[in-house]
Amino acid sequence: MPESSKAVRQINFHVTRYNPEDDRIPYVKTYTIPVREGMTVLDGLHYIKENLDATLAWRYSCRMGVCGSCGMLLNGRPTLACNTQILHIATTDLAVGPLPNFDIVRDLVPDLTTMLDKHRALKPYVTRADEDEINDPAGEFYQSPEELEAYLQFTYCIKCGCCMAACPTLATDVRYLGPMPLAAAQRYNRDTRDDGRRERSKLTGGADGAFRCHYAGECSRACPKGVDPAKAIQLLKRQLVLDYLHLARRKGPCQKLHGPGQGKPLPNVPAAPARTV
Amino acid sequence: MRETKYWTWHMAAGVAILFLLGLHMLIMHLGGTTHLFAPHGGEAVSKANSLFRDGTLFFTVTYILLLGVALYHGLYGLRTILFELTLKPAVEKLTTVVLVVVGLGLFGLGTWAAIAAHAVAQAGARG
Amino acid sequence: MGHHQKEVSMSEVQRHDNRLGIWGWLGGGRWGIERYAYILHRLTGLGILCYFLMHVVVTSLRATGVYLWVEGGVLHQPAFKVGEFLVFAAFAYHACNGVRLVLVELGFAVGKPIEPVYPYKTSLNVQRPLLIAMMILAAVFLAAGGYQFLGLAK
Repeated sequence: MPESSKAVRQINFHVTRYNPEDDRIPYVKTYTIPVREGMTVLDGLHYIKENLDATLAWRYSCRMGVCGSCGMLLNGRPTLACNTQILHIATTDLAVGPLPNFDIVRDLVPDLTTMLDKHRALKPYVTRADEDEINDPAGEFYQSPEELEAYLQFTYCIKCGCCMAACPTLATDVRYLGPMPLAAAQRYNRDTRDDGRRERSKLTGGADGAFRCHYAGECSRACPKGVDPAKAIQLLKRQLVLDYLHLARRKGPCQKLHGPGQGKPLPNVPAAPARTV
Repeated sequence: MRETKYWTWHMAAGVAILFLLGLHMLIMHLGGTTHLFAPHGGEAVSKANSLFRDGTLFFTVTYILLLGVALYHGLYGLRTILFELTLKPAVEKLTTVVLVVVGLGLFGLGTWAAIAAHAVAQAGARG
Repeated sequence: MGHHQKEVSMSEVQRHDNRLGIWGWLGGGRWGIERYAYILHRLTGLGILCYFLMHVVVTSLRATGVYLWVEGGVLHQPAFKVGEFLVFAAFAYHACNGVRLVLVELGFAVGKPIEPVYPYKTSLNVQRPLLIAMMILAAVFLAAGGYQFLGLAK
């Protein structure tokens, strides 16, 4: 295993500070901290809070790039603080700011409610006519690995908001749904268990929907999980146009495969244990 | 779904413009090498060559077509850019109305001019 | 605990609007080439539109016998020729990039959804060759137009 350098380098953190009770506008405060190879920006922020300035506020949780809490603007690019090593993006100075295109609650904390409201408005769950089957399932839905592949990539979204911060349309257009909600809509539209595509297209095909995207591609560049929301939105546009031109294939949602005990077992497969529920 | 309709036609208009305006560019700006539709020699934009093209039914029709698709494509594009500035709904409505009026007005002007120039050129060729 | 703190809901807390505004269109960080392509597409579109609206009016005058653009006319000056070349250049870029956008935005050049494996390859990687090809094509048209504009074509 290669030895990591134990050398300590002094890096200047230029952190955006803002307290709504005391400050009219945000300002930048500089902290100089000792950085060793392997330290993430999150480690740096913890060092500031523990040793230099206990009033610094930011969101974090898992510290391993799966919860999506610590999205920030690091040297001009929106990304996760826990996932980014300081020495990979800075040599002497690191600018740390809150995610743009969101209101700032305090210091590095963005107000993500607009993004989450837009997400909720698109019904980000499996919707179909037979609601009883969803709420009280009596069998399995069949979905092939190919059908899963069509939307699996878009399920990796951790709702960190980095894509929304990077999008040029969202810089000026408050009402635009944004890459995260639209990618989520595409995730459910392509899920064969779901039948809500036409319902969602009232929003996705509307004035604030997918057509406000112009493929600048910054969302996919910023995404820390490789979700590629830009691709999801272009595929969404394709489906919207096909629906408008009545060229879309009429295919209902996948049906229940079989109820318990009704499937024909393959030979040499042992019988399932008795139901306990 | 209305926005889907407008956008689909915006794309279709773009493709149409590619060919129609491409031809226009070949005649006007690459005419030095192609000498397309400029039988009177010299510059493609000379009065003689302009009259020649106006006199043909092909150009009268394609000019009107190009005018229509280009106005739609351009003004819808402008509308998209303006709407992304988060305007109030009343301002959005007003903007749409103004753009439609400008578009229809210029289309009317250009169509009249193409037909009138066609008549003049034909009369000139006969007389 | 001695002090009492009034419960404040999220909706009541004061906010600071952190939108980038128009600066978000033009500058705001280090970006990929596709974002610059988008900015240039907008600028060329607006430029062509401004020229086009005037062009319709000017060329419509021919129906009344007024030909402003022929030899001797007011628009036959070299300065206007430069402007015309700029419009031609704008169209060359806008059309070539537009072809790319029609293909990409109808889902043809973005690739299929894949399982993301780090380092991530996105639709940007898939359409990059198309972008390069379109830029080369635009440069070829620009050269051809420039050749004529400089009066070299006979």
